[in-house]
Amino acid sequence: MEEIATPETLLDKLAEQLKTLLTERSIDQPLMVGIHTGGVWVANALHNKLSLEQPLSTLDISFYRDDFSRIGMNPQVKPSKLPSQIDDRHIILVDDVLHTGRTIRAAMNEIFDYGRPASITLVCLIERSGREIPIQADVVGQHLHLDDNQHIKLTGPEPLEFAVA
Amino acid sequence: MVNKASRPTDSLIGHDAWNIQLDKNGQLKHFLTVEGLSTELLTNILDTAESFANINEQSVKKVPLLRGKTVANLFFEASTRTRNTFELAAKRLSADVLNVNISASATSKGETLMDTLQNLQAMQCDMFVVRHNASGAAHYIANRVAPGISVINAGDGSHAHPTQAMLDMFTIRRNKGDNFRQLRVAIVGDVLHSRVARSQIHALNILNTGNVRVIAPKTLLPIGIEDMGVEVFNNMEEGIRDADVVIMLRLQKERMQGALLPSEQEYYQMYGLTEKRLSLTKPDAIVMHPGPINRGVEIESCVADGPQSVILDQVTYGISVRMAVMSMALGREPETSEAEKT
Repeated sequence: MEEIATPETLLDKLAEQLKTLLTERSIDQPLMVGIHTGGVWVANALHNKLSLEQPLSTLDISFYRDDFSRIGMNPQVKPSKLPSQIDDRHIILVDDVLHTGRTIRAAMNEIFDYGRPASITLVCLIERSGREIPIQADVVGQHLHLDDNQHIKLTGPEPLEFAVA
Repeated sequence: MVNKASRPTDSLIGHDAWNIQLDKNGQLKHFLTVEGLSTELLTNILDTAESFANINEQSVKKVPLLRGKTVANLFFEASTRTRNTFELAAKRLSADVLNVNISASATSKGETLMDTLQNLQAMQCDMFVVRHNASGAAHYIANRVAPGISVINAGDGSHAHPTQAMLDMFTIRRNKGDNFRQLRVAIVGDVLHSRVARSQIHALNILNTGNVRVIAPKTLLPIGIEDMGVEVFNNMEEGIRDADVVIMLRLQKERMQGALLPSEQEYYQMYGLTEKRLSLTKPDAIVMHPGPINRGVEIESCVADGPQSVILDQVTYGISVRMAVMSMALGREPETSEAEKT
């Protein structure tokens, strides 16, 4: 398997790329949203590195999952924290690993229940193979080709490490 | 303190096949009574409700969990709080809600209960929320509906009101933490006619509450109440001393036949929760009431509105608890037969 960089290296890379992208797109007051749980850790680190003014928002997409009726309830759902006004805001959506794309689909559904953002930029620490719906990230730390039976997971928050199985 | 080993509920706890509330995987399919359910399952309901409480505090109070499901509210008996919070709970889960107006429906034209239900099944409803003045009505219905339909008991006669009991447990846990062992809970008033009290006593026992007391005149206590694992008091002052939680019950005049009470005034003199009596409890005790409250009959107005009252919080939490029960019953893993598992 390909060598995986450390989360710390990837975070620096993400921060640089994201800064450039925000300048290119003339976005100066973005709203950063982390997806529970790993995405929040990544978003938190990026939020610090970019010294963003707007507080970090979080999403728990458990109630928006498309496999709810198959896997049943997860009783430990964390609250989603989004500002009540997200109309015309530029959102930076952050997750740890982009895999099937279903989590991002669910997260976007939840965001659109709150309003109509001006744009959504997707940032992922790892982008791995196995997409099942047409979703792609704008900023990626590392691309990985993994077989269907291989899994990568971010553990944390202190220290942030990858667990591969 | 009461010895819990001898409590009658203990022998019923477990995922026995005869318990029609649970499916083959031990998941909640119907919610008819708290009796016989495990500590783990009740805790699971409370934890799930906690997640929904967060949703209910957001600006967008809706999630798509039960989109496409249809919930029929069948209230054969008057209700405002329970019916409205069940309706709101279903709507906040994105289910479609049918409020069947029983008094104006075919029931009043002579249609039998089973025919009404079969018609609703033909309309492809997924859940029936049932309130009925006959004890056992929800069980009766649950035993006869099509396999895919869940039945939630929203109060049957003087038997059970499980979602009320669970929202009360949720209220207690929010205010007093999750260690029920250290709590003294006093239930005051018309226990005889109260399905709420019965369900509360079962839930408190299953959650291992340290001390559960009932306080009422002998005429308003069912025979054999001691066997439910409660300490019985006929004197209000003695009963509420050092309580952490005081649950007042409504005097159910509509269910009373015969002279069980001399008068409302006398009842208030003996058992009304006044400010003076409240001072006998722990200083941080909370005051609960399932509603509707009769001010000046079982509770003094200033106590109902006072700083220790959590009566309106109970209403708020009722939505979260009902969302939890509905989503657990309708969002179960599909039942797999033993053959499929291997």
